Amino acid sequence: MRMWAQSHLCQKPQRITSVLAAALALTCVILGASQSASALPAFARKYGLRCSACHESWPMLNYFGQKFKDNGYQLMNDRDAPIWQNPGYWPVTFRITPIWHRVSTNKVAVDQSSNGEGKITESGFDLSGLDFHTGGTLEKNVSFYVLPSSDATASFHFETVMARLDNIGGSPWFNVKLGKFELDNLLSEKRILTLTANGGIYQLYHFIPAGDGNVFGQMGDNQLGLELLGHSYSDRTRYSVSLLSSNDGQVGLPYGSESYSTFITGSQAFDAGKLGVQRLGFYVMAGVAPTYYLTTGGAPITGSGTQNKGYSREGFVGQFYFGQRVDLTVVTQHGEDSAWFGQGYGDFVDNPNAICNTPTGTQPCNNIPGTQLIRGARNPTWNGVLFEPHYVVSPQMILLARYETIRMSQQSTPGAASSLGNISTYTFGYRYNPFMTSRAGFAYHGEYNWFHQDGTSPVTATNLTSSELLFGIDFDF
Amino acid sequence: MQTNLLKCSLLMSVVVALCFSTASYAQLTTYQQQEWLHSPAASSHIGNLTGAARAAALPYRRYCVGCHGELGDGNGENAVWFATPMYAQPRNFQLAVFKCRSTPTGTLPTDQDLFDTIGRGMDRSNMPQWTPLSKQERADLVAWIKHYSPRWQTEKAGTPIQIPPEPEITPERVKAGQEVFAKMQCYKCHGVQGMANGPSASTLTDDLNQPIAAFNFTDGSRPKCGDTDRDIYRIFMTGLDGTPMPSFADNIKPDEAWDLVFYLRSLQPHNSFNAKEREIAKQLGLKPVNPNAPAQ
Repeated sequence: MRMWAQSHLCQKPQRITSVLAAALALTCVILGASQSASALPAFARKYGLRCSACHESWPMLNYFGQKFKDNGYQLMNDRDAPIWQNPGYWPVTFRITPIWHRVSTNKVAVDQSSNGEGKITESGFDLSGLDFHTGGTLEKNVSFYVLPSSDATASFHFETVMARLDNIGGSPWFNVKLGKFELDNLLSEKRILTLTANGGIYQLYHFIPAGDGNVFGQMGDNQLGLELLGHSYSDRTRYSVSLLSSNDGQVGLPYGSESYSTFITGSQAFDAGKLGVQRLGFYVMAGVAPTYYLTTGGAPITGSGTQNKGYSREGFVGQFYFGQRVDLTVVTQHGEDSAWFGQGYGDFVDNPNAICNTPTGTQPCNNIPGTQLIRGARNPTWNGVLFEPHYVVSPQMILLARYETIRMSQQSTPGAASSLGNISTYTFGYRYNPFMTSRAGFAYHGEYNWFHQDGTSPVTATNLTSSELLFGIDFDF
Repeated sequence: MQTNLLKCSLLMSVVVALCFSTASYAQLTTYQQQEWLHSPAASSHIGNLTGAARAAALPYRRYCVGCHGELGDGNGENAVWFATPMYAQPRNFQLAVFKCRSTPTGTLPTDQDLFDTIGRGMDRSNMPQWTPLSKQERADLVAWIKHYSPRWQTEKAGTPIQIPPEPEITPERVKAGQEVFAKMQCYKCHGVQGMANGPSASTLTDDLNQPIAAFNFTDGSRPKCGDTDRDIYRIFMTGLDGTPMPSFADNIKPDEAWDLVFYLRSLQPHNSFNAKEREIAKQLGLKPVNPNAPAQ
């Protein structure tokens, strides 16, 4: 057969050219589509490593990437200090995602509807915001991260600004971080693999019971504070303790000046042979936040918040690997807010027109001296769990899914429906990196999310459901 | 017609030449590699761990391929950026020549040697410490590395050298170490003060004719193959294959090798290993060796 082919080809040079050209083109297409795959290309460029070295699928870290981050963006070799870099090296990465998406919500406030609500479905081409990451080392064991981030209209804010002192006293157990930073969530929301509005966040990290005024316990939001963190040499054992201003990461001390929270994590990883490395950990976020603000002309005075009330979020995290291709992350949460928050106090600064019930009638949600809660008001409590499995087809392609559910275990207001505010959401998707180098990241992204919440539609207070289908090209460079 | 035949012949010649050049460079054809990969011998043994080459295809692609390349030839897309004497080129696994071994020069390293190198990483190279990987993954990668060269199919790893217990440090030993340093002419590459500025330093190349730098004992760098006293002893006695650093196993006695370890420690800036050596060197008032001094 081979002989025939050779002879045949030699007798038909023109055909050879066509065949060879076609073969070459096909080869180029195949190679182009299957070249090896990239999150901060700035780090990848610095160390000459592919994205897949640090990321299970960018931006989600694998254990090697987690250790790199825990070491203050250092590999702990002689390349860490910037003095060893080419002077032309610029530690900057841009990330933006052009998308097409279709969003459908079953109950939106609509004037033209008989009951004031209607289903809205919208679709079209769109953009994510622009992230402008810059980070790395200022000197060996001194690192930084600055992330100006815009929404889709290019309105910027500082998502992250922090400086770190690493390996204090030569010990990996002592590192200090100051500024605005992501809490040390083992399952990082800032490195989430999904992009839809409801699937692109972890509901557990932002849950606020219906009618609750506590915006301060959102552990998915970057927070302002000081963090002490450390880990063993191999990063198998990790801990962190943060002291945070209770202002949900907003600059300018907009709420109380004497309101602080803490976030504590710890985890231990185990080498489970052929299954891989398994990690178990816990987190606790607890603190106080203000419910009473001085006013001027009826408007709250920023930074004047007092009458602190408490809240807490705690849970376990497990990262389980079942060989090289399948892994599952599980996060649980038990949350509790003070009854004051449960009745709507707390976020007076952002919602000065909100009305709260009292035994004597209604008043703005400002806990002015003498304010009383309605009879029987209780601390709202809830439980939630998140499952996120991944299937790694190759370092360049990942299939992902997520199921999250949050169930209220105690409503603040007596007589409120026990399911009010409960959430269930499913997400499925894929990310495919057609190429992977140490220079840039590029992923074809597809995702579907379905979201359901009980009793929170805007007019009739019935169940709310929405879904979103999204396709896009996620890239950074 | 003749023109066409000529073109066809030329084309075939180019294809054949390319095939042969690839085969001679790769040493194992892709087919052979695949065949070996699925043989029972495609394994590694580190303590109780058994690594399987087949299981390492995905981790190799995830972690290693950017530098070491799909073919294990050290020609990943990042390799071009390391072409400087200060940074070692990615290892070419097809040659099966490794610096860090516990085995005599010219022999293959043990699986444990390769496993340790993956975990330890290598300073002054792009090779990080891969300790976050599970031990099983590292063992699998050792097996994978071995599938790139036929040497692993025809040769056994060398027998690890014996390292005698480390003797007590004394001023006499540090002084004797300096004499060994002079006698073995270590200064020719490493310089009289261990600053990697000896007369031969600028001319050093590795076996692939790539420029290579001698180790600088004074800048706080970690030796590539480990930084304990035993590691440094082992480096003298096994040499760093593929580099100009020879094995001194036939030239110096074990006691002398320990003396040399102590002397070299005294050249290093303060670290967790060398407080005593530095103190002794200070008390002795050791001066750098004089290459022009008459041999004793």
